[in-house]
Amino acid sequence: MIDSSHLRAALLAIAEAVSAHAEELTALDAAIGDGDHGANMKRGFDAVAADIDTICAKPLAEALKAVGTKLVMTIGGASGPLYGTLFLTLGKELAVNPEAYVVAYRKAVEAVAARGKSGINQKTLLDVLYPVADALEAGKPKSDVVAVARAAVAGTKDRKAIRGRASFLGDRSIGHIDPGARSSLLLIEAAAGVLP
Amino acid sequence: MKNVGIVIVSHSPLVAEGAASMVRQMVGDDVPLAWCGGNPEGGLGTSVEAIIAAIDRAWSDRGVAILVDLGGAETNSEMAVEMLDGDRSHKVVVCNAPVVEGAVMAATEASGGASLAEVRATAEELSPA
Repeated sequence: MIDSSHLRAALLAIAEAVSAHAEELTALDAAIGDGDHGANMKRGFDAVAADIDTICAKPLAEALKAVGTKLVMTIGGASGPLYGTLFLTLGKELAVNPEAYVVAYRKAVEAVAARGKSGINQKTLLDVLYPVADALEAGKPKSDVVAVARAAVAGTKDRKAIRGRASFLGDRSIGHIDPGARSSLLLIEAAAGVLP
Repeated sequence: MKNVGIVIVSHSPLVAEGAASMVRQMVGDDVPLAWCGGNPEGGLGTSVEAIIAAIDRAWSDRGVAILVDLGGAETNSEMAVEMLDGDRSHKVVVCNAPVVEGAVMAATEASGGASLAEVRATAEELSPA
């Protein structure tokens, strides 16, 4: 069972990873977007870390919703509503079915797709989130799930962007890893390191 | 008679404020109007909190039409609309229209007492289908 203490460890690990990779995310974003992804993600997860005691005093589902709201309010770019929706939906789903983690994750990924009006293979974070949902549903061990996510990030390099700012570049977006895919791998790696 | 309100959301506070002053000059003061721009740190970007506050400032019971510039402004505006309290979110729409021309056209339509659907349609006529 996952509880608020697991969430606490996961969120702090995510905040640390995002902070450590902020410049890398910004560099990836500068190539095909507007170069603010690192700073935006760092602002969002720093705000979550600063509020970690209040957030994790809540039951898991409520805590996840609080994380989502915090990200929406602090990230500032399009990733705010996208990552915010991921956590908000995890919270909403787990409030109804407390231990249906894999189902909740699938629903959360679908909610992110709806929020971004996007789908898989459009060079976004969904290119990572969807294969991870498939791997979780297949019951793969954590190390395999992380491997799937890593391969998925690499796969965004040769893809052409169809959604988001990078789509303005058309074919010129090919050859660059998607920054949102990269940041979602940071979340998945950090979470996998601490979740049971 | 209360008219539909207009909110302008840009990554840049300068663009948002400039578009708002064009609306005021061309359309006048009969339309509730608010703008916001910039991320939570004051850099280029958009802030859900600021968008919610702008919707409050331009609030009309007839509804509010939001005009946005690029990507994140649209996603953040849609998120802001969903986070409004009560059933107010049903009275707010994000228009698929260019921000400056859309704001002026939407405000012109609104100043004549048009419904939210009419205001939105007028702004969206500016976008290729």
